[in-house]
Amino acid sequence: MEHEKQGFVSKYIFSFDHKMIGKQYFTLAMSMGFIGGILAVLIRLQLGFPSQPWPFLENLFPVGMASGIMTPEFYVSLFTMHGTIMVFFLLSLLPVSGFGNFLIPLQIGARDMAFPFLNMLSFWTVVPGAIIIIISFFVEGGAAASGWTAYPPLSAIRSAIPGSDLGQTLWLVGMIFFVASFTMGGLNFVVTILNLRTKGLRMMRMPLTTWAQFVVGILGLLSFPALAAGALLLTFDRSLGTSFFLPAGIFIGDTLMPHEGGTPLLWQHLFWFLGHPEVYIIMLPAMGFTSDILATFCRRPIFGYRSMVYAIMAIGTLSFLVWGHHMFVSGMSPFLGSLFVVTTLAIAIPSAVKAFNWLFTIARARIQFTSASLFGLGVVSLFVTGGLTGIFLGTNAVDIQLHDTYFVVGHFHFIMAGAGLFGAFGAVYYWYPKMFGRMLSERLGKIHFWITFVAYYAVFFPMHYLGVSGMMRRIYDPNVYEFLQPLQPVNLFITIAAFVLFAGQLIFIYNYFVSMRRGAPATANPWNAAGLEWSTPAYPGHGNWEGEIPPAHRWPYDYSEPGKKRDFTPQWEA
Amino acid sequence: MSSTAAGAAAPIDAARTPADRRHINRLGLLVALGGITMLFAAFTSAYIVRSGGGDWTALELPPVLWMSTALIVASSLTLELARRAFQRGSLPSFRSWSAATAALGTGFLASQYAAWLSLNEAGIYLQSHPKSSFFFVLTGVHAVHLLAGVVALLALFGLAAAGRLVPGRSDAPTLTAIYWHFVGGLWIYLLAVLSLLG
Repeated sequence: MEHEKQGFVSKYIFSFDHKMIGKQYFTLAMSMGFIGGILAVLIRLQLGFPSQPWPFLENLFPVGMASGIMTPEFYVSLFTMHGTIMVFFLLSLLPVSGFGNFLIPLQIGARDMAFPFLNMLSFWTVVPGAIIIIISFFVEGGAAASGWTAYPPLSAIRSAIPGSDLGQTLWLVGMIFFVASFTMGGLNFVVTILNLRTKGLRMMRMPLTTWAQFVVGILGLLSFPALAAGALLLTFDRSLGTSFFLPAGIFIGDTLMPHEGGTPLLWQHLFWFLGHPEVYIIMLPAMGFTSDILATFCRRPIFGYRSMVYAIMAIGTLSFLVWGHHMFVSGMSPFLGSLFVVTTLAIAIPSAVKAFNWLFTIARARIQFTSASLFGLGVVSLFVTGGLTGIFLGTNAVDIQLHDTYFVVGHFHFIMAGAGLFGAFGAVYYWYPKMFGRMLSERLGKIHFWITFVAYYAVFFPMHYLGVSGMMRRIYDPNVYEFLQPLQPVNLFITIAAFVLFAGQLIFIYNYFVSMRRGAPATANPWNAAGLEWSTPAYPGHGNWEGEIPPAHRWPYDYSEPGKKRDFTPQWEA
Repeated sequence: MSSTAAGAAAPIDAARTPADRRHINRLGLLVALGGITMLFAAFTSAYIVRSGGGDWTALELPPVLWMSTALIVASSLTLELARRAFQRGSLPSFRSWSAATAALGTGFLASQYAAWLSLNEAGIYLQSHPKSSFFFVLTGVHAVHLLAGVVALLALFGLAAAGRLVPGRSDAPTLTAIYWHFVGGLWIYLLAVLSLLG
């Protein structure tokens, strides 16, 4: 009995197996995503029905929803934590830490990651971070309320607003755990991919998913330390009386703050030096998944493989040179702003290369419409929609008008949040058989896709219209302005669509957990895919391959070669 | 292959040969040093930006920093001697040189502490002015990294005592040395930033 218990702990809790660690990340990220989704529902509740009482919610949030009406302080905490949880704890953890760990060794032909112990450590470092972030809702003053970007002075002066006190402290502590975990993970990715590829797997034969994870690992390692530095300086400003980010002359109530000489702009530079690469940390894996999924279900080699790889590298490099486009209205030199416009618009080139390559892969293919390929097509759609509005916002002359409006909210929910999320969904539908040895229900998967796709557009497309009409991004009650009152029906529509979107995700959660036990048993290669990961047994054990690791004889995209009987040649066949 | 449930407990080394493993460990360390470099690059850029502010005040660096510098340079030399002794297979010599390194490293930390005290005695604290803030932050974060090096040296002693350091096979002394030299070089860099910029 004692012995069996030990087996459970080492297999499911403190596991060294990259696949189990990947699944642990899935569980954590999905739980966090569920909470982030509830926060979004609450945000939309306020915007759809401003200041209307919901007495039953008082039981859940006695302070934030006293007598059932949402307080402005609670609203601000809600969008702050929605952004933080979704960006870091769902959209980074699921595609990168979850799928990166699960897929990299399988796709490159390795028994495990380069540093299995570090891998386990990185998971158990992010868990306390997640717990601290959630707990911060229940401390005095509530959760952090300075936005997911934690701009000073709101984040730097403890007495600024209720959320600036304990909530912001816990936010910083939670983020430090996250950064530590994520950089450990990135290190593991880079070293594993460079060193542990099976025989014959040259870099230019790697699946695009692994290419994306490789560049993401580098981006994380180079960008997260900037956030760590900023967070440390911010902590000193908050608690030890320094003035890195705080200028002179700040009054809180009637009290003059002792700080002088600092500049909030410095925080913005440090934050966005991380913040923009972070967007691509979320996007690049989704691009990789989409490429692999579309090739498999179009039964076509991915179009322009080399240009895809170079585009990933170009996006990764440029992502470090565009952070200033988040700061066009911050008072920085307009000349510097123009430089950031140029680099920002330059990123449209490799992005367009990817979009066109997907379109050429799809064009005139006989697409097999599975849940995975539908979500892959969804990525292309959201990516193009969000990419086009990115060109508006990347131009400073236009951005000055649209900054801090719902146009921006609509834009990034398409390109980063939406494409990232759809990519992750597609990846779950595609690789689930390898994860659990069983198939997800395709019927539920398709219902999930159509609800999510339609509701997603219904929620976020009208936001562009709200933004152009002048609705501010973080506003608690738009109806206080007469000129925003006519937009209330649009807000109500968005709120209803958001409820549908959230409900649609329950189908996914049901499918995910029930199929683990009741799904149809999977074969080793249920999609007839060519990638190396499909050469493992249907439910690979620790070490991944029973016998020798197969060598890679070709790239993973040999579909429908002319003159061959079978419509694909696996990577591991000569 | 250990694909059974019993095998799930222990980590599987994916490296094919000991040489592979050594290469992987060294690359892992170099990548980690890249991350640390970015941390200090971020601090440096913050320092440069902040030094353009109107309230920037010059700070006379405590002379004891030169002693810190001498100690850390000497510690790199002794650790290099220790590493070479280890490669020659001379474990006693390795032990005494790495003990000297740990002592010099601890001396460096004490010397840095003396520098902080001497600033405090002159009435200069962390929050006094922006340059003093940066001085304490940069030297403090650096000291934490050096402390990690001292811990690594102590771990080496532990390994050696347990007979698990085998010349020609164990790479831990070299890894520790790479890290140690890096942290030493980082100090020279920080000293240059603090004395030349602003």
